[in-house]
Amino acid sequence: MELIWQGFVQAVRLLLAGDPQVMKITLLTLKVSGSATFISLFMGIPLGAVLALTRFPGRKIVFSLVNTGMGLPPVVVGLWVSIMLWRYGPLGFFHLMYTPAAMVIAQCVIAVPIITGISAAAFQQVDGKLRMQIKALGASRIQTIMLMVREVRLPLLAAVMAGFGGVVSEIGASMMVGGNVLDRTRVLTTATVMEVSKGNFDVAIALSIILMALAYGVTLILTLMQQRGTRT
Amino acid sequence: MFKKTRFWAIMLIVLVMAAAVALAGCSGQKQESPKEEQKAGRQAAETQKDTNKKEVILATTTSTVDSGLLDVLKPEFEKKTGYALTIVSVGTGAALAMGEKGEADALLVHAPKAEEKVVEKGAAVNRQLVMHNDFILIGPASDPAKIKGKPSVEAFKAIAAAKSLFISRGDDSGTNKKELKIWEAAGIKPSGDWYQQTGTGMGQTIGVANEKGGYTLTDRATYLAQKKNIDLRILSEGDKDLLNIYHVMQVNPAKFSKVNAEGGKAFVDFMLSKETQELIKNFGVDKFGQPLFFPDAGKEEYK
Repeated sequence: MELIWQGFVQAVRLLLAGDPQVMKITLLTLKVSGSATFISLFMGIPLGAVLALTRFPGRKIVFSLVNTGMGLPPVVVGLWVSIMLWRYGPLGFFHLMYTPAAMVIAQCVIAVPIITGISAAAFQQVDGKLRMQIKALGASRIQTIMLMVREVRLPLLAAVMAGFGGVVSEIGASMMVGGNVLDRTRVLTTATVMEVSKGNFDVAIALSIILMALAYGVTLILTLMQQRGTRT
Repeated sequence: MFKKTRFWAIMLIVLVMAAAVALAGCSGQKQESPKEEQKAGRQAAETQKDTNKKEVILATTTSTVDSGLLDVLKPEFEKKTGYALTIVSVGTGAALAMGEKGEADALLVHAPKAEEKVVEKGAAVNRQLVMHNDFILIGPASDPAKIKGKPSVEAFKAIAAAKSLFISRGDDSGTNKKELKIWEAAGIKPSGDWYQQTGTGMGQTIGVANEKGGYTLTDRATYLAQKKNIDLRILSEGDKDLLNIYHVMQVNPAKFSKVNAEGGKAFVDFMLSKETQELIKNFGVDKFGQPLFFPDAGKEEYK
């Protein structure tokens, strides 16, 4: 019990004192997972739309693959992205191993299926008649998609939250492709594991509290956006 | 049909743009106006090339990181040489494997026999003795197998005979290799419920042993760092078999063209320098009342 209290006190102290190390780690966490989620949106939502609204051979197979991908284990992603990015790997000439960019790539691989899966389900929920109507009113394909996106913006925000929640909390991939390098690729999850290995449980608890606060803060903003959307 | 192709073309452009923004934004970490993005991208790629020459990847064992030693040495190295040090902390087995694949520039590890093999294969060069400390056998204060004060081989025999819980790293690390060698010397093939493998780093493994009340073999540095959290006691220490010897080496740039040759050499030189050896000697004395590592640069190899 005392340990938890100590951790809590430590967390408040680290935050209030604006500990530069912790600030950097927190900011990097937000940057990496934020940009990974953002990029995944541009891939996941169109993919979801295509899966839900078009018919092509093998569509069900792709759909089931995406649904499986929603639970893709981060360590598996970490391993495969590492193999690709190592110096002597197929993409080694980009020199991305142990950089934040590598972490963004790995987190995108984790987030894209989540966002694709949820948005595909959302698009399928839309009443088919609405789509007919939009088409009947002479909308182009792009306009149709845009209108549909407007229609499903609430579940899409849920997809964003699930995607962000998935990547901000993962550790396996970040540890493997990032390497937990101080000031460069150390994020809240990898720092927490390291502090536990070092036996600094109070700092680890403090970091975990900051991580949860961060995840809550981002989700809160998105939820507010989502719920404001329901009024109009 | 035309509309369909245009739709796909736009999708493709969006994807490419998103990927470009991601790469430029994250590797460059600078913000430019979109118009200059292409130019900036090229510049970022160029500086990326330079930073590769300036980056030294060190593959090392968990104990040098978990004990906090590299937290002290890293800024010194970077200040002195201008290189950025990327530390990858894994078991010695994994660190040597990274060296054998040319995925690191320097290695700081503690499994002399395995290291010699890597040097023989030509994957590593310039292997130098850096420092030592010792392994210790820790376990619960109740000491169910009555090993207190016994030399390591006898202690292992007693643990196996009593079938007392033993927590092994099981990860091919330097400590794990040492542990297996002691089992071999004791003539025992450890298996059964009482012998459990964690497959994790030293700090984690001590945590598991502590929770389950088991015995484990650890390096002294990690034990001292964890001491405040655990109830396990030192039960066997000090015999010659328990010496824990660290070497530093360069990954052979003649074999792997992508290895940072100067950087790797700079790290070896740094570890052997008088100032660094002095830092190693004094590391931990203020916090634990005793040194965690004993500098050995320039000394003769231990037999």
